[in-house]
Amino acid sequence: MIHQVLFIIFGGICVAGALNLLLQKHPISSALSLIVVMGSLAALYLLLGAQFVAAIQVIVYAGAIMVLFVFVIMLLNAGKEEHTKGSRIAMWFGVPSVAALLGMVLFILLQRGKVDYQIELGAFARPTREVAILLFRDYLLPFEVTSVLILVAIMGAVVLARKEQ
Amino acid sequence: MVPITWYLVLSAVLFTIGVAAFIFKRNIITIFMSIELMLNAVNLSFVAFANMWKDLSGHIFVFFVMVVAAAEAAVGLAIIIAVFRTRQTLNVDRVNLLKL
Amino acid sequence: MNVNLHLWLIPLLPLLGALINGALGRRLSKTAVTAVALTSTAASFALALWVAFQFSALSQIPYVESHGPWIQITGFSVDFAFLLDQLSLVMLLVVTGVGFLIHIYSAGYMADDDGYYRFFSYLNLFMFFMLMLVLANNYLLMFVGWEGVGLASYLLIGFYFLKHSASQAGKKAFIVNRIGDFGFLLGMFLLVKHFGSLDYSVIFDRILRNPSQFPVETGAGLLTLVSFCLMIGATGKSAQIPLYVWLPDAMEGPTPVSALIHAATMVTAGIYMVARSNVIFNHAPMALTTVAVIGALTAIFAASIGIVQTDIKRVLAYSTISQLGYMFMACGVAAYSAAIFHLMTHAFFKALLFLSAGSVIHALGGEQDMRYMGGLRKYIPVTFWVMTIGTLAIAGIPGLAGFFSKDEILWKAYSSSDNGWIFWAIGLITALMTSFYMFRLLFMTFFGERREAPHAHDSGHGHGGHGHGAPHESPWIMLAPLVLLAIGSVAGGWVGIPHSLGGDNHFEKFLAPVFEQGRLEAVDMAKIERPTKFAIAEAASDTKPEASTELTLTFISVLAGLTGLFWAWYLYVRRPELPGRIAARLGNLYPTVLNKYYIDEVYQQSLVDPIVDGSRTILWKGVDVGVVDGAVNGAGTTARSTWAILRQMQSGNIRSYAGWVAFGAALLVAYMIWMGLR
Repeated sequence: MIHQVLFIIFGGICVAGALNLLLQKHPISSALSLIVVMGSLAALYLLLGAQFVAAIQVIVYAGAIMVLFVFVIMLLNAGKEEHTKGSRIAMWFGVPSVAALLGMVLFILLQRGKVDYQIELGAFARPTREVAILLFRDYLLPFEVTSVLILVAIMGAVVLARKEQ
Repeated sequence: MVPITWYLVLSAVLFTIGVAAFIFKRNIITIFMSIELMLNAVNLSFVAFANMWKDLSGHIFVFFVMVVAAAEAAVGLAIIIAVFRTRQTLNVDRVNLLKL
Repeated sequence: MNVNLHLWLIPLLPLLGALINGALGRRLSKTAVTAVALTSTAASFALALWVAFQFSALSQIPYVESHGPWIQITGFSVDFAFLLDQLSLVMLLVVTGVGFLIHIYSAGYMADDDGYYRFFSYLNLFMFFMLMLVLANNYLLMFVGWEGVGLASYLLIGFYFLKHSASQAGKKAFIVNRIGDFGFLLGMFLLVKHFGSLDYSVIFDRILRNPSQFPVETGAGLLTLVSFCLMIGATGKSAQIPLYVWLPDAMEGPTPVSALIHAATMVTAGIYMVARSNVIFNHAPMALTTVAVIGALTAIFAASIGIVQTDIKRVLAYSTISQLGYMFMACGVAAYSAAIFHLMTHAFFKALLFLSAGSVIHALGGEQDMRYMGGLRKYIPVTFWVMTIGTLAIAGIPGLAGFFSKDEILWKAYSSSDNGWIFWAIGLITALMTSFYMFRLLFMTFFGERREAPHAHDSGHGHGGHGHGAPHESPWIMLAPLVLLAIGSVAGGWVGIPHSLGGDNHFEKFLAPVFEQGRLEAVDMAKIERPTKFAIAEAASDTKPEASTELTLTFISVLAGLTGLFWAWYLYVRRPELPGRIAARLGNLYPTVLNKYYIDEVYQQSLVDPIVDGSRTILWKGVDVGVVDGAVNGAGTTARSTWAILRQMQSGNIRSYAGWVAFGAALLVAYMIWMGLR
């Protein structure tokens, strides 16, 4: 029961934050809303028994990536969004597509994809240990490759953002 | 008792809102953030299924998604800075030099 | 034992000469070009002579030399194979011998021409194709040669291609020939369908060995149909009615070309083909009769036109058509060896006549109109004497070649059936006309006073005038072949002296194995449609084949020849003002005949113009521009308009891209759902 309550609370906060991101005019407000979303997602992960993921969600996503976003917004002094002529295509194709997308996925999930599984709160015993074993044994290669990826990304970011000499 | 469907519906809703933000917002940085929102929605899906199948590969995948998202955010923001330097605007409608 | 005759070398050497001269001739010296051309032809002739000497030693006649398969599919196969039997040997010797002499002549005649190397290249090419035609073992290889000589003829008629009339004449020859070739092709298709092969031996053996399956057809039947189709091909190539119209125009080509191709060799290809197919024709009497009728009609028709022509080469052209009519008629009465005999003697004296005419033209610096000749006897005596020999030969004066061959034909025509006397009568009238117009040519050219043309110093006819002074004799390189041909015109007939005159008719005996196998006991000739307006009273009393009858008929034809000579002498030497007055009194008849009975104009209006107009409006404007171009252009226009729509996607506006991406994503999801739900 408490599970449901918690889910509804945090799920509601997620949706509210996302809608706020959509509706706010100033980018910094959108950024802060996104941080809220990420935080509540971390809580939801905990409900799903994914402690490790929740931790890195907070540390990496909310703590690093979003901070980066906020820094850039501050650096570029982004102001309120001005109203420019949009694209007709976006209106004519985008809106129906979004609606259709949502409609289709919900249809599948609710009508045809009925799975009678209830989420277990304590699904994993010692998940962090298991994740570590998996990461450094079975998925070692992707792990190393992503290290290289990050390195490349760092270099790319430095090069791209450098001031012209 | 929360059926898994609820989590999946939540994930779908978040994703859709991300798509909508992607289409309707004019600031480049906001559009970028909507991408992060979409990625997060997908992460939620993965973790939910990991719980269902008792398979930790879902968590691993989420880990990698986050790594890639971080790298992508870094590079993307660098590009945005470069664009801002040349075009002096963050409005995506003004960055339209690539038209036929 | 069988010696390998290497027949393949005989056509191949001229081909080599043609290739060398064609590719390198422009850079070679004139001597080198001449050497290449003459050597290859001389080698062919020498080889042909050697083959002739080896002929009696052959263990198997016909001798077949196969060089590998050509087409091999189920139901039909044909090889690259050559055949040598008596008939092809005769043709081989005629083609290579006369061809060689004409090559020598051309070296002198064409000496001043810029296209010297081109001429010899084409001439050698012609020799190659003609030899392929003659030596072929099957109809398909013969057709290769057939088409090839048509091509060579086109190239050589239009040799002075800068002259509009020459290129037109070349086109006309090729196109009219093509109509005939269509018939030939149909005949070949029928043969393939019913015999599965185009080899002479296969077809003829099967016909002869299965008399129940291939009887002598009284009306229409398979072999009659095949014969008609083949006959159409022969009328095209051998200039018979209705496809003769190209031959007079073909005189636009240089005179050696007229001699070689349009007198001695190419035009005889049709006769050769009919003679070779004698087995088929003998089983189709209706076709044979048609052949005879066409031959006779052509002979007299062409002779009538030849009487009034003023261009020396035109007279000879119509004479050729007329003589080919004789040969055709001989084939039509199943007297194939007589036809080949006349073919051989005709090659000699017609080539001689053409080359001498060329010598006259050369002497006068290009003049071809006989009205502006005359009195040339004292200027060019050698030419005069050889031309006289040729004229005597063609007129059938006893002792010379033409006499024996022409009389053979007339006799065989007379004795072929109850109605044979009609053919004989037509042939007799034609002989009279032939003698008349040939002697007319001789007298107008060499006797009387010298009539200068008003534009006498014009070079004209592309021959390159030189010697504006008195006419001069040709160089020895041109005279030597003339003399040799004159000897042939005299002695060539002696191989076929008939029994009635005391000879042994070696020629007919030699060719007998080729023609005897298909000979029928009685050829039942269908009723002849042409009304008998030429009923000569002196003829037809005795129809039993007897020596005395033959002698009587011979005597009558000699009389006809002499009559023609007399009239020609009277009208053109004694009283030269008479022809003009007679022509004026005949009213409309004279211009009609002069204009070849307006046949060309009739063809033009009824056949050529409708086809051209139809092609222009329907095929060109309708189909080509409308449908084909329209389809291609339409594809382009469609692509462009599609592009114009699609380029809207590339607007540079990022948000519209976002919209498209979302749309695409939605489509993808829908598709996956649909696939999953199935």
